[in-house]
Amino acid sequence: MTLPSTPTDFTLAEARDAVRAKKISSTELTKAFVAAVESARSLNAFVTETPERAMAMAKASDARLVKGEAGALEGLPIAIKDLFCTKGVRTTAGSNILGNFVPPYESTVTQNLWNDGAVLLGKTNMDEFAMGSSNETSYFKPVLNPWRARNSNEGLVPGGSSGGSAASVAANLCLGATGTDTGGSIRQPAAVTGTVGLKPTYGRCSRWGIVAFASSLDQAGPMARTVRDAAILLKSMASVDPKDSTSVDVPVPDYEAMLAGGVKGLRVGIPKEYRIDGAPPEIDALWSKGGEWLKAQGAELVDVSLPHTKYALPAYYIVAPAEASSNLARYDGVRFGHRAAGIHDVLELYEKSRAEGFGAEVRRRILIGTYVLSAGYYDAYYSRAQKVRALILRDFTEAFKKCDVLLTPATPGPAFAIGAKTSDPVSMYLNDVFTVTVNLAGLPGLAVPAGLTRDGLPLGLQVIGKAFDEATVLRVGQSIETAANFAAKPATWWRAA
Amino acid sequence: MSVDKDTVRRIAKLARIALPEERVEPMVRELNGIFDWVQQLNEVDVAGVAPMTSVVEQRLKMRDDVVTDGGNAEAVVANAPLTEDRFFLVPKVVE
Amino acid sequence: MSAAPESPKERSKLINGQTGPWEIVIGLEVHAQVLSKAKLFSGASTAFGAEPNSQVSFVDAGMPGMLPVINRYCVEQAVRTGLGLKAQINLTSVFDRKNYFYPDLPSGYQISQYKNPVVGEGEVFIDLPDGETVRVGIERLHLEQDAGKSLHDQHPDYSYVDLNRSGVALMEIVTKPDMRSSEEAAAFLRKLRAIVRYLGTCDGNMDEGSMRADVNVSVRKPGAPLGTRCEVKNVNSMRFVAQAVEFEARRQVDILESGGSIKQETRLYDNRAGETRSMRSKEEAHDYRYFPDPDLLPLVLEDAWVKEIAKSLPELPDEKKARFMKAGLSAYDAAVLVSERETADYFEAMVRDGADAKQAANWLNNEYFGRLNKAGLTVSTGPVSATANSAIVQVVAANVISGKIAKDLLDIVWTEGGDPRAIVESRGLRQVTDTGAIEKAVDEIIAANPDKVAEVKAKPKLAGWFVGQVMKVTGGKANPQVVNAILKERLGITEEG
Repeated sequence: MTLPSTPTDFTLAEARDAVRAKKISSTELTKAFVAAVESARSLNAFVTETPERAMAMAKASDARLVKGEAGALEGLPIAIKDLFCTKGVRTTAGSNILGNFVPPYESTVTQNLWNDGAVLLGKTNMDEFAMGSSNETSYFKPVLNPWRARNSNEGLVPGGSSGGSAASVAANLCLGATGTDTGGSIRQPAAVTGTVGLKPTYGRCSRWGIVAFASSLDQAGPMARTVRDAAILLKSMASVDPKDSTSVDVPVPDYEAMLAGGVKGLRVGIPKEYRIDGAPPEIDALWSKGGEWLKAQGAELVDVSLPHTKYALPAYYIVAPAEASSNLARYDGVRFGHRAAGIHDVLELYEKSRAEGFGAEVRRRILIGTYVLSAGYYDAYYSRAQKVRALILRDFTEAFKKCDVLLTPATPGPAFAIGAKTSDPVSMYLNDVFTVTVNLAGLPGLAVPAGLTRDGLPLGLQVIGKAFDEATVLRVGQSIETAANFAAKPATWWRAA
Repeated sequence: MSVDKDTVRRIAKLARIALPEERVEPMVRELNGIFDWVQQLNEVDVAGVAPMTSVVEQRLKMRDDVVTDGGNAEAVVANAPLTEDRFFLVPKVVE
Repeated sequence: MSAAPESPKERSKLINGQTGPWEIVIGLEVHAQVLSKAKLFSGASTAFGAEPNSQVSFVDAGMPGMLPVINRYCVEQAVRTGLGLKAQINLTSVFDRKNYFYPDLPSGYQISQYKNPVVGEGEVFIDLPDGETVRVGIERLHLEQDAGKSLHDQHPDYSYVDLNRSGVALMEIVTKPDMRSSEEAAAFLRKLRAIVRYLGTCDGNMDEGSMRADVNVSVRKPGAPLGTRCEVKNVNSMRFVAQAVEFEARRQVDILESGGSIKQETRLYDNRAGETRSMRSKEEAHDYRYFPDPDLLPLVLEDAWVKEIAKSLPELPDEKKARFMKAGLSAYDAAVLVSERETADYFEAMVRDGADAKQAANWLNNEYFGRLNKAGLTVSTGPVSATANSAIVQVVAANVISGKIAKDLLDIVWTEGGDPRAIVESRGLRQVTDTGAIEKAVDEIIAANPDKVAEVKAKPKLAGWFVGQVMKVTGGKANPQVVNAILKERLGITEEG
């Protein structure tokens, strides 16, 4: 294996092996990434950069490497979505209402990563409270996608809500990043930035210390350059956590070791409901190509049906805002976060602090959630949506009797221009049409880059697996990755001189 | 089902989010746009289906009755906008 | 509900208005703090009276990303209480979020149980002073979190919020509207307090707020349908419960009789003014938007576990009372003894040490409890052990000392301590049964008082004077029966003695 000449071009696996082989120190590697982060500020991928902490962590890693105490991610610089609470490092959730919040605790997922030796480069930008599909709802301004359409200087969105993590992985500003996915917030930005994003099974990664959006749907996962890198990161992120009642007591396997073996004999379901009207023909074509690649490697394609697919998004837009309206009630200006000035009573304290602290999309979703839970509407909306959710899970259970994984498109299209969809909430919501079903059913889903549009923008395919079968999902993802041989990288137009 | 201005004012009050009067009408339109779209759920036959509360199929985890936390008032109030003697302060509440 | 009251007993509970008698209908919602070391969903301590915010975990403070994990012992305590209330234990129950904003409610919601409580219907029997037994139905018992505490008198412009109580486990016990007088309501609370103290599930300490009652009061003409009720909050002693009911019932009768109607509302009991008043802060119509807490899973109990708890239940007041009555105690004595577990235990220890049950009960009720009351003490804090009181009762029963001397003996043990039997010997308290000595004393008194002898012969009832004189001379130690017999013989009294 020949290593790239620039350390920031290493994959996570390559960097790991190079560091272990003492070909490069963590300090050198980290220095290169700190510089890359600084030179890419025009992308606005980071809300908070932590160069001093990064260098200190790298130094400590180098010391451990000398002593032969290297963890699985020893000395490897990564980026953390600003939804994960990091002890002593400002955590904003992309919101003004948490603008100066410094958690006195560390989330379980990030603690797992530090325990394995990873190095924190900074906190990545995101849609406010993870509510968005374009990173345009961030209080800290949108992130720019490193990718631009061929012959165009138009700024494109990196997807959302984990847009900062996706952009920093795509632009080689880190070796990997964490994301969270409530309706597609890892997979959709991964797909439109040409990166790999995995939403694990609900309950695989602890939610403890991750700012909650919709508790029954939120799940943390890795964003990386390769499927192997995602497998390595997931092993470190995942754990069985006694502090999270919804963390599931299933041992964490060695996903990287389980990548081997290929897809021979595997049954790959093709759900017909994912062929939607109005999607660009390129999406369908890529999907078919993906099926062919797997077939060529010995998999069997099976037609399956998920009849309630079209109801997933509307059900999601009841369940998620309902839970969010309750989860976000704690932002009241009393114990942390933004507190309005010039207030005279408690009611005013709440109403003004929350109106000033939350952005338009968050306010809108809180109102939707409050309404669907309110007296007289609970049954018509919330209860009905949860029943539809049960039917969606039943669809998957039925389908998985006939196949081992499902293959679908990841998004209905490539990255779009900043501002293109902000005026119509529903058109924005439709970005998650292929990803949201997986959240409702709690299943693992992987977005893997598979090709470029005619305009040169990345597109991804999605592999959906059975609960806690991330290993198979990753194996199928790697087969697609190998077949697609996706080597394109965006031009580095953003780099500061 | 669609919302009107009074409903929007009521839910904004319930959610404790100040909504200036000039924002009420646009919010009515935005919310109705979304509610019209979710109406399609009414097409689904949900008779006899139990509402899903969690995808996790395991017993609720339980802790032992042991004191493992607390004793850290400083950290608890560290992020608060207004405190005194480790109390949180809010404008006076009249009961 | 029940038909028009007909018996005089029931009629006596009615209150009179200008338009005739009214019936009071009372239901209670009792919040009983679960006796546990740690909180319901966090590992912070429940101890009373600590420094502000010192017993607060980040979970209790509603910090972003914090998650609840339930305390098994709190669940066990709720089940134990349910069993003690002869109630249905629901093997599957659900925790819901009750959403509302208040400065001492950090998350903006309280975790409670709404549609599916852990305990269903049960019953409690209360004994009234006139001997009547009333059955009060229990509607349900559920587990929930306590809120923090707001102090309003520390500063002219601010309320101070302390979250030490936030998250402490409470059992909310709801009765059916089965009580018809303030006495019944107070008797119910006393009985409930006794039951939870027997069970060890709540300390029943109303001063420290570990037991609080909200009282639902309505009035109606006898036989009429239920009237509109008002919920009176903040009723924090048995006495206040009676006062609050009386005041509130009278207020409602006055309104109805002057042509008004009752507005369903939450009222606050002001114990200084002895009145209830409308709560301004609760005026706004509530819409709690209950929904199942997505951070928790349904609480599923194993039947075997419930059975195990049932087996470990102590004997409860009703069973104990029945057993005491079988041993010969009157219903009244038995009821007094079982009203507190400590009292019953004390009594039983006396019996175990050899005292006769009936004599021990009489001794406690007639002698010892009065002294304890006067001194503001209880059986646990009083100076005389059960063993010592048992010894006193036994030496009286064996005619070693007289009943009168027994009181003196109790005085000595009360102030000086010591073994009653040893004191009887060392201080020469044994009663004199030596006939010769008593005869000598009688003869001397008769010889010295010829006028009295004449009077007694005319009016035998005056013989008591001679008994008194003999006792005086013998220092109270003469056996009264022996004295009587000799006097009768010497004075020639035939029957009245």
